[in-house]
Amino acid sequence: MSRTAAHEEGAAETLSLPRFVRSARVTGRWGDQVFRLLIRASALALLVIVLGLVVVMIMAALSSIRAFGWWFLFTSIWDPVAEHFGALPLIYGTIVSSVLALLIAVPLGIGAAVFLSEVAPPWIRPPISFLIELLAAVPSVVYGLWGIFVLAPWLRTQVQPALGATLGFLPLFQGPPYGVGMLAAGLILAIMVVPFIIAVSREVLLAVPDAQREAALALGATRWEVTRLAVLRYARSGLIGAILLGLGRALGETMAVTMVIGNRAEISASLFAPGYTMASMIANEFAEATSDLYLSALVEVGLLLFVVTVIVNALARLLVWSVGGAVKEVRE
Amino acid sequence: MKGVQVLSRLTVAAFAALLLIVGYDGGSVSAQTLMNGAGATFPYPIYSKWFDEYTRVDPSARFNYQSIGSGGGIRQITERTVDFGASDGPMTDEQFKKATGELFHIPTVLGAVVATYNLPGDPKLRFAPDLLADIFLGKITKWNDPRIAAANPGIGLPNQPIIVVHRSDGSGTTYIWVDYLSKVSKDWEQKVGRGTSVNWPVGLGGKGNEGVTGQVKSTPGAIGYVELAYAIKNNLPAPMVRNEAGKFVQPSIQSTTAAAAGAAKNMPSDFRVSVTNPPGDDAYPIASFTWLLVYKDQPDHVKGQALVKFLWWAIHDGQKYTSDLLYAPLPAQVVRQIEAKIGQITYQGKPLLAAR
Repeated sequence: MSRTAAHEEGAAETLSLPRFVRSARVTGRWGDQVFRLLIRASALALLVIVLGLVVVMIMAALSSIRAFGWWFLFTSIWDPVAEHFGALPLIYGTIVSSVLALLIAVPLGIGAAVFLSEVAPPWIRPPISFLIELLAAVPSVVYGLWGIFVLAPWLRTQVQPALGATLGFLPLFQGPPYGVGMLAAGLILAIMVVPFIIAVSREVLLAVPDAQREAALALGATRWEVTRLAVLRYARSGLIGAILLGLGRALGETMAVTMVIGNRAEISASLFAPGYTMASMIANEFAEATSDLYLSALVEVGLLLFVVTVIVNALARLLVWSVGGAVKEVRE
Repeated sequence: MKGVQVLSRLTVAAFAALLLIVGYDGGSVSAQTLMNGAGATFPYPIYSKWFDEYTRVDPSARFNYQSIGSGGGIRQITERTVDFGASDGPMTDEQFKKATGELFHIPTVLGAVVATYNLPGDPKLRFAPDLLADIFLGKITKWNDPRIAAANPGIGLPNQPIIVVHRSDGSGTTYIWVDYLSKVSKDWEQKVGRGTSVNWPVGLGGKGNEGVTGQVKSTPGAIGYVELAYAIKNNLPAPMVRNEAGKFVQPSIQSTTAAAAGAAKNMPSDFRVSVTNPPGDDAYPIASFTWLLVYKDQPDHVKGQALVKFLWWAIHDGQKYTSDLLYAPLPAQVVRQIEAKIGQITYQGKPLLAAR
């Protein structure tokens, strides 16, 4: 930054600009300082907000942390009457439902993005992109209601019996078909995150220079090879960013998940069984939590959700860095 | 050009009008008494109706009520951030101790909770209390269980698993339901207990009345519980339940009021009472008061006076709005008991209620 400032000063001196331009330069320098201060303040404010959040949550969760210690993370009983709280099923439910959502949404989302950027005729792109953005703007409670009244009955009557009959030997697909449960939550999350993954991935893929594609074509690559070797590999870190955005949304989604997951704080191997997520628990029980310990336990769940999000994001950053390094090597 | 002039004139006129409105508002604010309240969601429709109607009785009274849940209502009145709280469940002794003054529970209306189910052919079922408890405990798992059949002679019950659906969100509705189950089943009281949310032995959780209804409607063999008003509005099957007197009673507004009348004889003076499973031939056993929480000694003279006047109106004239909104009105005996209670509300030791 200082180099450009010095450069500008030098330029102003040697060219002896007219006066009005010089005065503009002076106010411009003021503007620069104000601008620098402003952006620093905004960056700092963000940091303060995050730190403040953590401090407040830890303080509010203190009595629960004291009462349960690490057991909070490793026990499964959530009993507000006896005031015994363990968050393991909530952590499990949050992670499993999000991973399930990504398993469905990532191939779908990246596939659609590749189609839009590489294969589709140009006239078809704007309407499809518009529809995707529309999907991203639907409020989550609408997805939730659709989940209860359309998705869950469909799962119960069609999908789950069929899965149970064909893949029932796997523990994943055993148990009575309720409709609502982990599978429904994963599906609805997948539908909710797909638009984000498509929208970001498409931008990333469109940013891949055409020279990449042309070079691969010149070497005699087929369209599949061009996409795989020249485009996807080049865009890998950006695509991971898109997936992360989806994951972030899946981890924190509350309303739609609450409406279809069955809200049962239990760990079950079957995807048909009901589960519970951290965000759902907070949304469900916060308003009516009367005792101090109960409230404190709910805040600790919030703290845990924060920690899980940070860990997942950090892992993903590491992934991006390692992949980014690999791409550089390939490029060089 | 002319268009521009007209436009600018219009703007000026609009501005003047705006000033007038603002000025008028500013003038009347000083004469108004704004009372802040927070709490239960269940009585919110009747309360907002009351707040609206009451401005015709006393134009200076204004209310700001936030339906954040009973737990939040109790917390806020305890911390004195609001002028009155509202709760669907009576405060516990522990919560009582935290309050910085004596808090009165003023019953306002009654609500009831009904079981609802999804069975082929919509048979009209009848439940004995222990049946409901054992179904929700997971002890009775099939609809054709001999005990259900015994209570429902002549009704063909399917060999279908029972799928229990409960509220996932903390709620006064849940409190009334499990409070009833605790009274009729020792097992339930020991294993699960009472609360706005509990550790359910079996079943799926649905969010809100609509979540429970949605899951019950879309799942054959499901049984859940919802507010009586919600069941009536949505034409859900609401089974008869056997009451304390041994009679099967259809849930309704009248049988809910009868429950409170049955409990009136043994009413504790602080009204912190559960009226589930009360005596009385016509009493529907799964019913409860909902309360407004106010301090016995009001910190503000004007507000205290306005609040007391409103409470008096609510338990008398206000009761006529209950039937439209499907709440059960207070029985006459209880109204008389509450009158005495309102008379005890004071400001600096002096009663606020004008002599009548």
